[in-house]
Amino acid sequence: MKISVTVNGTLYEREVEPRTLLVYFLREALGLTGTHVGCDTSSCGVCVVVLDGDRAVKSCTMFAAMADGHDITTVEGLVQGGKLHPLQQAFWDCHGLQCGYCTPGMLMTSYALLKHQPNPDEPAIREALAGNLCRCTGYQNIVKAVQQAAAETNAPAPEPVAT
Amino acid sequence: MFPAPFDYHRPGSVDEALALLTRYGADARVLAGGQSLIPAMRFRLARPAVLVDINALSELSYLREVDGMLAIGAMTRDAALETSALITSKYPLLADTSALVADPVVRQSGTVVGSLCHNDPAGDWGVTALAGRAQIVIRGATGTRTVTIDDFLVDSFTTAVGDGELALEVRFPTPPPRTAGSYQKIERKVGDFATAAAAARITLDANGAIADAGIAIGAAGPHALRVRDAELLLNGAKPTKELIRAAGDAARKLADPAADNRGSVEYKKDMAGVLVARGLIAALARLGVEGLR
Amino acid sequence: MSTTAEPTPDKYSLGQSMKRKEDPRFIRGAGNFLDDIVLPGMLWLSIVHSPYPHARLVKIDKTAALAVPGVVAVLTGEDLAAHNLAWIPTFHGYDKQMILAVGKVLFQYQEVAGVIATSREIAQDAAELVDVEYEPLDPVVNPFQSREDKIILRDDRENKTNHIYHWEVGKRDATDAAIAASDVSIKERVVFQRCHPAPLEPCGIVADMDAATGRLTLYLTSQAPHAHRTVVSLVTGIPEDKIHVISPDLGGGFGNKVPVYPGYVVAAAASVVIGVPVKWIETRTENLTTTGFARDYHMDVEIGATKDGKVTALKVTTVADHGAFDAAADPTKYPAGLFGIVTGSYDFANAFTELDAYFTNKAPGGVAYRCSFRVTEASFAIERGMEILARKLNMDPAELRLKNFVKKEQFPYPSPLGFVYDSGDYHLTLRKALDMIGYDELRKEQAEKRKRGELMGIGISTFTEAVGAGPSKHFDIMGIKMFDSAEIRVHPTGSAILRAGTKSQGQGHETTWAQIAADELGLDPQNIMVEEGDTDTAPYGLGTYASRSTPVAGGAIAMAARKIREKARKIAAHLLEASVDDIEWENHAFHAKGLPGKAITMQEIAFAAYTNPAPDSEPGLEATFYYDPPNLTFPYGAYIAVVDVDPETGFVKVRRFLAIDDCGTVINPMIVEGQIHGGLTEGFAIAFMQEIAFDESGNNLNTNFTEYLVPTSLETPHWETSSTCTPSPHHPIGAKGVGESPNVGSPAAFVNAVMDALAPLGVTHIDMPLTREKVWRACREASTA
Ligand SMILES: Cc1cc2nc3c(=O)[nH]c(=O)nc-3n(C[C@H](O)[C@H](O)[C@H](O)COP(=O)(O)OP(=O)(O)OC[C@H]3O[C@@H](n4cnc5c(N)ncnc54)[C@H](O)[C@@H]3O)c2cc1C
Ligand code: FES
Ligand code: FES
Repeated sequence: MKISVTVNGTLYEREVEPRTLLVYFLREALGLTGTHVGCDTSSCGVCVVVLDGDRAVKSCTMFAAMADGHDITTVEGLVQGGKLHPLQQAFWDCHGLQCGYCTPGMLMTSYALLKHQPNPDEPAIREALAGNLCRCTGYQNIVKAVQQAAAETNAPAPEPVAT
Repeated sequence: MFPAPFDYHRPGSVDEALALLTRYGADARVLAGGQSLIPAMRFRLARPAVLVDINALSELSYLREVDGMLAIGAMTRDAALETSALITSKYPLLADTSALVADPVVRQSGTVVGSLCHNDPAGDWGVTALAGRAQIVIRGATGTRTVTIDDFLVDSFTTAVGDGELALEVRFPTPPPRTAGSYQKIERKVGDFATAAAAARITLDANGAIADAGIAIGAAGPHALRVRDAELLLNGAKPTKELIRAAGDAARKLADPAADNRGSVEYKKDMAGVLVARGLIAALARLGVEGLR
Repeated sequence: MSTTAEPTPDKYSLGQSMKRKEDPRFIRGAGNFLDDIVLPGMLWLSIVHSPYPHARLVKIDKTAALAVPGVVAVLTGEDLAAHNLAWIPTFHGYDKQMILAVGKVLFQYQEVAGVIATSREIAQDAAELVDVEYEPLDPVVNPFQSREDKIILRDDRENKTNHIYHWEVGKRDATDAAIAASDVSIKERVVFQRCHPAPLEPCGIVADMDAATGRLTLYLTSQAPHAHRTVVSLVTGIPEDKIHVISPDLGGGFGNKVPVYPGYVVAAAASVVIGVPVKWIETRTENLTTTGFARDYHMDVEIGATKDGKVTALKVTTVADHGAFDAAADPTKYPAGLFGIVTGSYDFANAFTELDAYFTNKAPGGVAYRCSFRVTEASFAIERGMEILARKLNMDPAELRLKNFVKKEQFPYPSPLGFVYDSGDYHLTLRKALDMIGYDELRKEQAEKRKRGELMGIGISTFTEAVGAGPSKHFDIMGIKMFDSAEIRVHPTGSAILRAGTKSQGQGHETTWAQIAADELGLDPQNIMVEEGDTDTAPYGLGTYASRSTPVAGGAIAMAARKIREKARKIAAHLLEASVDDIEWENHAFHAKGLPGKAITMQEIAFAAYTNPAPDSEPGLEATFYYDPPNLTFPYGAYIAVVDVDPETGFVKVRRFLAIDDCGTVINPMIVEGQIHGGLTEGFAIAFMQEIAFDESGNNLNTNFTEYLVPTSLETPHWETSSTCTPSPHHPIGAKGVGESPNVGSPAAFVNAVMDALAPLGVTHIDMPLTREKVWRACREASTA
């Protein structure tokens, strides 16, 4: 069947089998390999992408066909105008990643979280990230990174400096 | 791991969905949040020939109070309850449940009605629906019927929804004044199904006695179970430690769990009792009745 | 330690929390992991697994599978046998393992056939249709049953016994006598359960045989690419120059990606035979059921002591479950790894340990899961033993430890089981931990709670690890000595490329290796590119596992850099028109004696090395060093856990956890802290959740992430960390390695804390994982007793 999906702002039209999982569509049909696969039971969250702007979904638990007509943001879509998204910057600054395998999923879950809750505290972040596993970091620096990104996103724009 | 092949349909209206379900009968499965169905298909434990995806039916996505009932549409996702002011202010039992189902990402897809239709023996929503006296509205080619949750939960992974039918919504009676509830769950980690679960709903009368109680347990039988003996004990009685203990014991007695990695029969039975007691204590605390620990 | 003058810290110096150089690609989703590799014409492999733990293979019918459109081949053990590939030697060298079953299957999920097809989906569809007929046999599900030899599992072996080997070290008679003569003694069976490293990225391969060049390229999830190249060459007879192993970005490893797995061999064989690239990516179930498990040691711990708490003797007797093949990835001379570290941080006059390993109908493995070979099991045994002894002596467990630690002045300390500990100050580190956590206050709180019947526990673990295998006189894997290597090439403009025989899986080598070289050379670490994992370019090394990278490759990098510095000194002399003997290296630059204020930087020297070389020296500026460490390193730590137990449900709340680590010189504190957070989280997981268990019929009960429980952000405690620093005296930069300490040291702290909480109920020991039900049961039995 034919589907058309907007991914990171670009409209793609592709032929897919109904059973094609969204994650393989993104990875193999579109070559967007930032979204990973880590399990078969919808448990790990390394495949999380954002649907229609603010809904985090496990792309291994959705058929590509279900994304027809929808808008998807993947980790590759976070950089805007050549600038890292505050979450990306914060993960880097706070050592929120080690092997980097869980990172795209963590970033996208956090991205959706900040759309709903711009100012989450530590318990809220730990709660929101509990569908994403990480084997390397022990989560502490990831939580710190999301806090930093939230603070940065909410910070008032710097006063223009008189020259 | 990949599902076996199937045909996919995405109807644009409830009527269209029903037409498809009627046409394909037992070969078809409704696809809602997909959070139970797709994993089962990946392991090829489920091999439907046809999927009828109801995600485009945005008219089935709502939380609204009508005629003394809260109606939750078939495409309303768990996360919608978690973040709804209506739910958190008026339906604490549902708010509790929506925050404990699955994991926070799965909840952004999984639906309340889908969970009830899936009827996993360790699922959460069946427990809450029993304690909350929910009803399910089902539509088929021949019309619409409303089924009480007690009749809806037939057996493990089996409900009153027949081939060719679609569950449209679940309804919870709006709690009268001086009502509170609590959902309690033991899980090994976030994202795990319940080792044991209990829902308690209590309405107090003007004298502080229990006017109406709804008690149910999960992971304790083929599907969620209503603990009628506990309800009988509680109705009309003043809440005391002894009463709560007795309600818990009624749950222990009723519970008939299966042993698995989550725990032995003995442990799960005892936890059914512990959680019913804790649910009652928490619900009563929400009504300002303390000191029952 | 460096022999040059201690520099004033500047931007080149070690010890700075430099942000990681590898991160920019990972945060953009631009990492290059194995499954990201797609080659033209590539086929997919899907494997058929046995549902039985022990069964005779009667017949395999491929017809239906071969009939599926898109299926290219179906391979069985017999097909591989024709190429002499049905069995391959295990890393241990003493045993072999089946690639695809021949004759019989020996564990549930064992690989039975491989289907090669044009897509993943088709390969899986057809794998379902491979019709295998089995004749089930009675399984052997634990090593105690195995040792009775009633059912012999391995009829392929000459010795008709399930016993694999016996190993012992220490003085048996003296130890037995000392324990018998002691005032107080304890004996406890502690089991370190079978668990699995389960990195989030599963294992996989893309095998690409290029008929035109005759070269076999293997993109492999490999923690040890060179070792894998050698094994492939030895097994297949393909000359090693015709094999190119590339280990791309690894999504975690933790020991799981050290062994060679059947899927790799089948994919490679298929590519060689069919002549196109073949990809195999494990499912999570395959990962958990067939690839390298860890631990599975049943240890009887005995300690003798005087009545005032001075330990006199330690004996540990272990029964090890190795599964169907002996694939434990341990150095040849150390079949039980470095288990001899079991005397831990304590000064035992007498010690003895012995171990017997057995085959069972379970998956093979025995990998060093985030630990140096078997050090985790050993640390757990001694730290539990000391706790149980403290209870029996009615002595505070901190006091017992302080009383028995090896003293600072005893280093280098020869342990009774044959190690020479390099350095440490155990008293200092534990005292710091007690202070920081407020130990005395916590004990007071606990006493009050106990009066009210509340269960609160404090658990200590003061472990010592032996890492950095290892000195070539003792350590090899399949005969290859366990050195490691580095090659540094400084470019004319003063940037550099550094290649090492190791392979990062998240440890941040691209950053820390650059930092080591930067400090040695006075070059900007941002401009030192680090490359690992490509056997065509990297120097030969044994790879990254068992906390060996910093102790071994870290040494190689420092030494290669020092070779460059020696050459640079000559160039500096030439440029400064001074004698080489008058040139000094200070503050990351060369200075000529008597020429104050005139310094020459490495960058200037690099340029000169290509544009104006010294008269009698060869142009260019590069060096390679193969570092053979003189000894292991011995990082250690003091960990304290504080828990509250809910007796009604058995729930354990880890309220606080403090880890003080001493890993010697710290290269990058941010990365060290991150490693500690990660290791503690895995230790927590092992203590409370992670287990690969089997039922009585040999069925694996933990085959995916819904049953193999990996903690999420909500269960994981908040970690408090700090450090002390006792540099290794023999390591070029004094570093000891850290990635695994927290995983080694923490399980005992958690278990000790829970047992401390349950002490009023008379509970001494519960085996991990400490599930709610086990804790609940202990509480209940105590209350009904
Ligand atoms: C990692 C993970 C953890 C989970 N943990 C829990 C947990 O702790 N507790 C828990 O209760 N659940 C848990 N779940 C299940 C989750 O809550 C599911 O979302 C839910 O059970 C099913 O809802 P769904 O909308 O996804 O239904 P789907 O998966 O789409 O459908 C489930 C079944 O119901 C049928 N169905 C769905 N909607 C209708 C309808 N309107 N009419 C008729 N039939 C319908 C489908 O045909 C299918 O048979 C977990 C799931 C995952 C992936
Ligand atoms: S791949 Fe694990 S949840 Fe999607
Ligand atoms: S950084 Fe490796 S899994 Fe999270």
